[in-house]
Amino acid sequence: MRVGVLALQGDVAEHIAVLRADGAQTLEVRTPEELRAADALIIPGGESTTIGMLMDRYGLAEAIRARGAQGMPIFGTCAGAILLARRAGGGAPPLLGLMDIAVERNAYGRQRESFAADLTAPQISPTPLRVAFIRAPIITEVGPPVQMLGMYDGRPVLVRQGPLLAATFHPEVLGQTALHRYFLQMVDQAA
Amino acid sequence: MAETGTEVVKRGLAQMLKGGVIMDVTTADQAKMAEEAGAVAVMALERVPADIRAQGGVARMADPLRIKEIMAAVTIPVMAKVRIGHFVEAQILEALGVDFIDESEVLTPADERHHIDKRTFHVPFVCGARDLGEALRRLGEAAAMIRTKGEAGTGNVVEAVRHMRAIMDAIRTLQSLPDEELMAAAKELSAPYDLIGETRRLGRLPVVNFAAGGIATPADAALMMQLGADGVFVGSGIFKSEDPAKRARAIVDAVTHYRDPGVLARASEGLGEPMRGLDVRKLPEGELLQVRGW
Repeated sequence: MRVGVLALQGDVAEHIAVLRADGAQTLEVRTPEELRAADALIIPGGESTTIGMLMDRYGLAEAIRARGAQGMPIFGTCAGAILLARRAGGGAPPLLGLMDIAVERNAYGRQRESFAADLTAPQISPTPLRVAFIRAPIITEVGPPVQMLGMYDGRPVLVRQGPLLAATFHPEVLGQTALHRYFLQMVDQAA
Repeated sequence: MAETGTEVVKRGLAQMLKGGVIMDVTTADQAKMAEEAGAVAVMALERVPADIRAQGGVARMADPLRIKEIMAAVTIPVMAKVRIGHFVEAQILEALGVDFIDESEVLTPADERHHIDKRTFHVPFVCGARDLGEALRRLGEAAAMIRTKGEAGTGNVVEAVRHMRAIMDAIRTLQSLPDEELMAAAKELSAPYDLIGETRRLGRLPVVNFAAGGIATPADAALMMQLGADGVFVGSGIFKSEDPAKRARAIVDAVTHYRDPGVLARASEGLGEPMRGLDVRKLPEGELLQVRGW
């Protein structure tokens, strides 16, 4: 079982460190060939405009969409959550459109409005999780197949649709392992 | 409780920029072009370093109107430069909502003794460094990101290489030291003891470290990545070349695929003339930008 981390740009190393702390085998994915060797994929934080454009440029958008449709587990954080969405407001890059959610980019404001906060997600962790919201998006709509696993300020920030998981924040920046552990359980169930 | 402007949040934005290219732009149109090429952020400037070098005079923070036009044109983060020690220019950029402030030797220093106390700001700062001691002194003032200084506006990568190697060599040396020698290392590097210990434990700088100052080609960018940079700044190298859009895109490809010579070869093809470039050894001492700040 190998978990790929999309390594076009962003906080790839942070995700790999957390996955390894949870005992997972990892690989960096920059090409469709590398994606073939992965059983699951994490789309990290970064600039969604850049990652979205580069996914398209290197033939990865098509490849990820196809694998996603076949049930490969995918976990997107922040930029990754935007890219998984069906629709994004606020100047959207090309999206994967795999999850039935709509998002608004940079919805809390610019960097000076970025923040760290405690998140309550009982199915993930019995205690609140300290996570970072960095130029984060807001999930504005969720379709019927989408479960809301974590809320912040009255809005869903952690959502799941079958093998797909999206967080508008960064558990990896503070080295939180609980969410990755949850994702690895999803990967085990899918296998 | 939600907290803004914390160390985690400030360093966090730099972490999101890793593996990316930050491009100097002087107009909204250039900013859009940089975004379309795949830049992770733009640096809003009035003049690129090559023009600052050529025109001389005092180089200051850009006109806020220019910065606002650039912020309105793109959705990627916008950075802007202030003079070393000019904390009021920084207050102005923070009020504008700029995402990152570069306290930069490319502008004419406002204070030859003190850098800005970056702790007092909610916006993160990036600062230049030529060696490990300088990088850790800036971290001591709460910089959230470091870039090697190189020699801006020359199109010559030699100084960026020198500075990146100096930092990496010093970290390797630290890792070989026993505990009791760390205080002497802190003294020799003129850097905070705690940061020396943290750097040794991590085997890298505690913040993201980009390369800057003289990167002009896809090969230059990949060279800096292979030497250990987390990403690159390209200043004059793009808009002082013959075909900026093509070169910008090629440098982005080179940074993403920096270990793949096949991709680097394709990215380097048919880009037209790079910026002319300067021999750093022929620059008079007074024209060197890297010696500004300490």
